[in-house]
Amino acid sequence: MFPATVYASDMPEIDSGATAWMLTSVALVLLMIPGLAMFYGGLVRTKNVLGTMMHSFAAMGIMTVLWVICGYAMAFGPNVLGGWFGWSWDYFMLAGIDETIMDAGIPEYVFSMFQAKFAIITPALIAGAFAERVSFKAYCFFIALWGTLIYNPLCHWVWASDGFLFNLGAKGAIDFAGGTVVHISAGVSGLVVAIFLGGRKSFPHLPMRPNNLVMTMIGAGLLWVGWFGFNAGSSISSGLSTAQALTATQIAAAAGALAWIIIEGTHQGKATALGFVSGVLAGLVAITPAAGVVKPVGAMALGILASGFCYMAILLKNRLGYDDTLDAFGIHGIGGIVGAILLTFFIRESWMAEAADAAGSWTLIQQLGVQALAVLIAISYAAFGTWVILIVLNKIVPIRSSAEAEMRGLDNSYHGERGYGMTNPN
Amino acid sequence: MKLLIAIIRENQLDQVREALIDAGISRITTSHVSGHGRSKTEEIYRGQVVVPNLVPNIRLEIAVNDDFVETTCNAILNATTAHDGGLVGSGKIFITPLEQCIRLRTGERGPEAI
Repeated sequence: MFPATVYASDMPEIDSGATAWMLTSVALVLLMIPGLAMFYGGLVRTKNVLGTMMHSFAAMGIMTVLWVICGYAMAFGPNVLGGWFGWSWDYFMLAGIDETIMDAGIPEYVFSMFQAKFAIITPALIAGAFAERVSFKAYCFFIALWGTLIYNPLCHWVWASDGFLFNLGAKGAIDFAGGTVVHISAGVSGLVVAIFLGGRKSFPHLPMRPNNLVMTMIGAGLLWVGWFGFNAGSSISSGLSTAQALTATQIAAAAGALAWIIIEGTHQGKATALGFVSGVLAGLVAITPAAGVVKPVGAMALGILASGFCYMAILLKNRLGYDDTLDAFGIHGIGGIVGAILLTFFIRESWMAEAADAAGSWTLIQQLGVQALAVLIAISYAAFGTWVILIVLNKIVPIRSSAEAEMRGLDNSYHGERGYGMTNPN
Repeated sequence: MKLLIAIIRENQLDQVREALIDAGISRITTSHVSGHGRSKTEEIYRGQVVVPNLVPNIRLEIAVNDDFVETTCNAILNATTAHDGGLVGSGKIFITPLEQCIRLRTGERGPEAI
């Protein structure tokens, strides 16, 4: 009577528990983007607060539209062009998934929107590296190109069932929720853009203080909350693996934060608020690739190691003198690399046993090789691709703000507004 | 001794400060003030163009000995005109005589205390 009913009966049934959790996760990951806007927005100078927050918000608009048009098809369609990315006309404008239920028991719309949030937050993370000196128009073009040409292929390689990193080694390169795809690619690309654009005017000889650390703290809090969707949602289920990822996430964030203020307190004498939230982020970034495979001890170790490495990376940055303004590379790049490589030493035994079953035998060293290769591929692809995009784009739209616009501030120059009105009598 | 009060654009504080430091003047006081000069700064909120009648500015107060007055004024002038694009409303410098100056820590008075 209803052809659609016959069609639907071939499909897996909806698992309402999993679907409910995935819907929640979609909302949680979306919450991270305003969280990131507040985190970054509080760290820049007053004249750039809105421009910086707009970097995150603009990504929500641009990347969502692109995701529907081509992102989902490129990331999760079957291999084309030798596996460079995927493509499926079914996914163009999401036209073919209107009634699809996935094997995991969730509507494909939910999965597609969940993944869309990752495509939004990754370019928004990059913006931290070149804050306070980029033209808004060029930024919009940059993230559109970057998302299409760098993010989508990387996402395809790591997470699509026919991606080559997904099938590397016995059980694939481990990247549970985006250590390579999101954090390493964003951090490395940010570093490339920061070096390409050069430092801000008056950097580093004039001190540039954060305009509102309170906002930064709230933003970091939202990121931490949202990260449960990011990591625990990446199990694409609502069960044991969700609980494992959620627990690892909480532990790594807390361990990272504590490690940071202890290191900082010992080294500089004071435990700063910004240090605490930097540690939270370092821990969360490091646990992102690992959340599905490590036990609490491993999560704690990764959080502590990430804070140690990121702290040193930021000290080194100050020595080297490049202007990675909000430490997109120092936290996301380094934290992601630490997590993706060192997670090998904390993989739970059952995972190694499954890998050994699949391949005959499998050792930690072999998995370490797979992880290192995946990291290396992500670094080189992101760095090289970003450099090419910058060179081409810069010929069409100058990426760096004019000296005048940079001095007036992004808020006034590109948006015609100001962030705070409280200091004016009217 | 003279007291210089300069009202400048908010966004020019950095370069004025750099120019002053280059000229050897590092002891300054700044504050956020609002005021109305000849400038018309447009801001846009949801498509509405708004011209605030009081716009934020920066007020610098610099106490100097007489032979530094010109150096200080020139530093501020050069820094503000260099990047202004001929816009109206760059600000002003007021110069007033300064009767006395006392350093709190030591109690020194006069030109030595500046």
